[in-house]
Amino acid sequence: MAIFVNHQTRVIVQGITGQEGQFHTRQCIAYGTNVVGGVTPGKGGQKMDDVPVFDSVAEARQAVNADTSLIFVPPPFAADAICEAIDAGIGLIVCITEGIPVMDMLTVKNYLAGKPTRLIGPNCPGIITPGACKIGIMPGVIHRAGGPFGVVSRSGTLTYEVVHQLTGQQLGQTTCVGIGGDPVNGTGFIDCLQAFEADPETKAVVMVGEIGGSTEEEASAWVAAHMSKPVIGFIAGLTAPPGRRMGHAGAIVSGGSGTAEAKIEAMEAAGITVCRDLGTLGSLCADVYAKHS
Amino acid sequence: MKIHEYQAKELFRNHGVVVPDGMVCDSPDGVTAAVASLGLPVAVKAQVHAGGRGKGGGVRLAKTETEARAAAQAIIGMELVTQQTGSTGKRVHKVLVERGVTIKQELYLSLIVNRDDATITIIASPDGGMDIEEVAARTPERIVKVGINPLIGIKGYHAKQVASALGLTGTIAKQLGALLGNLYRLFVGCDCSLVEINPLIITGDDQLLALDAKMDIDSNSLFRHPEIAAMRDPLEEDPQELEAAQFDLNYIKLDGSIGNMVNGAGLAMATMDLIKQAGAEPANFLDVGGGATAEKVENGFRIILSDPHVKGILINIFGGILRCDVLAQGVVQAAGAVGLNVPVVVRMEGTNVEEGRRILAQSGLDLINAVDLSDAAGKVAAIAGR
Repeated sequence: MAIFVNHQTRVIVQGITGQEGQFHTRQCIAYGTNVVGGVTPGKGGQKMDDVPVFDSVAEARQAVNADTSLIFVPPPFAADAICEAIDAGIGLIVCITEGIPVMDMLTVKNYLAGKPTRLIGPNCPGIITPGACKIGIMPGVIHRAGGPFGVVSRSGTLTYEVVHQLTGQQLGQTTCVGIGGDPVNGTGFIDCLQAFEADPETKAVVMVGEIGGSTEEEASAWVAAHMSKPVIGFIAGLTAPPGRRMGHAGAIVSGGSGTAEAKIEAMEAAGITVCRDLGTLGSLCADVYAKHS
Repeated sequence: MKIHEYQAKELFRNHGVVVPDGMVCDSPDGVTAAVASLGLPVAVKAQVHAGGRGKGGGVRLAKTETEARAAAQAIIGMELVTQQTGSTGKRVHKVLVERGVTIKQELYLSLIVNRDDATITIIASPDGGMDIEEVAARTPERIVKVGINPLIGIKGYHAKQVASALGLTGTIAKQLGALLGNLYRLFVGCDCSLVEINPLIITGDDQLLALDAKMDIDSNSLFRHPEIAAMRDPLEEDPQELEAAQFDLNYIKLDGSIGNMVNGAGLAMATMDLIKQAGAEPANFLDVGGGATAEKVENGFRIILSDPHVKGILINIFGGILRCDVLAQGVVQAAGAVGLNVPVVVRMEGTNVEEGRRILAQSGLDLINAVDLSDAAGKVAAIAGR
């Protein structure tokens, strides 16, 4: 078991003929992901390696029975690409693109409401169920299949660090979801926590947040009310100066809200074990897991 | 991206939002000409990217031309200190001279991107001219928030809710409706993340007027707004940050002494926190991105080292797609080119890490190898304690 994706997931890649699209499609295929097609308008009928390319998502979905789309489309056209996938009835969209205007994402987010499609990202590393399926740009090799940990994170390389430390402790991962660093995104912490809570193979969850917004606080409240499995939390940005955007568009402390301290406080109040020293996160996870099993 | 008040008001005007007549000047002579054209009295307002200008002495009223010149003389060239500038302040290069108006009532109005519910939210209060965060803390009941779904856009009922919360009726409520519509179109059309009018005033002759204007533009949208991108004022930005931006590096200057170079924003923030926990202070935030090249690393080194407070550097790279051996080559090359004069702790992990470590060890450079994050933190602490 895992959440959202597994070895049966059938993936198409929007923007498959671009440089990034080609590179990461090959990496995903090498990992074992079932990439069944790609989309680049105007290049329908061609192939990227052995992968058939289509002009539109609707065509691709029909021709190769895809249920998931991985998006590598440049920022000016990325919101378009997401909406096209929604309209084509794709069940899961993973958008890697960084730098989409927030106004575009406001439209996408509202368009998505009430539709059966799940969006992960944008501005994220993607999602991986180790040993089964990698839909994104994360290095597959650092992961370890089989659980017991689920990982959900707003950040990319910070997630790799966390996963690396888990694997170093011989703790595998069921699924790792990068939900992205933008202020307006699709799947959030609570969606993932809910899915991990329901997944029998996941025994504990690492939740990696950062400054900006209030989703960590909301997720903490959810954990306190609904989560039976242990959660270990980490928040980046204790030293971030207010009013400055720390790389990610969503990582900004503004008007006194979104601070790391407030998030850590909310997590601890919810019974989440907060790691304050990133260097020890792996061993902390091992301790917490040992205590609960 | 922030823009100046006078630039925001230009955009306001273009979108039908009424602002006082005004002219931007960079010298007392310019102010004399502005007074001749606008009449008296005038307000002379410092143009810097910071709020709280009035309290810092950056806004002065002048009843005569002599007073206006004197105000300009005092403000242009001053280091304006406000609660938002830090203690060193910001140098003022330009003033906005505006025709004086009579104020019957001051209101607060802003539009923001509300990330919590994916709306464009109007925030309004009858307590204009004050710090809105203070109003929110002390008298939250005096603030109204109205969320607008961007798929629908602003409607009459939104404006009615705002007018009623502000206690406006009759022709002024009508004016507010028109103003909100125009402001909303400006907000969406210019990809704003914030538009704030504080105060929005009712003049002696019952006209709604945006006395102040603040706009933040979503930097991700600038590709479709060349006219707004051209409003960027390099004088308002840190020179090192500007240089970093040219090399596609995400750099923010901080006050500490330990420079750091990291791939990825989240890991970069966590690395800054680690430095702090080790008992030192980070000198910067620097995300070299997922695809760091030798050239990027070299430029990163140069920018960090141009800060004279830097006593040591921590490089923390998690190699994924970017291989550690490639990165190590880059570090060696860059270190040779730049001429390192401070200790550098290198912590790298991920793809081809063994090969990367060997390259660093054999380089003959004075690089301090850290095996993991805790080790790196300890070594940084040792440098900071020297």
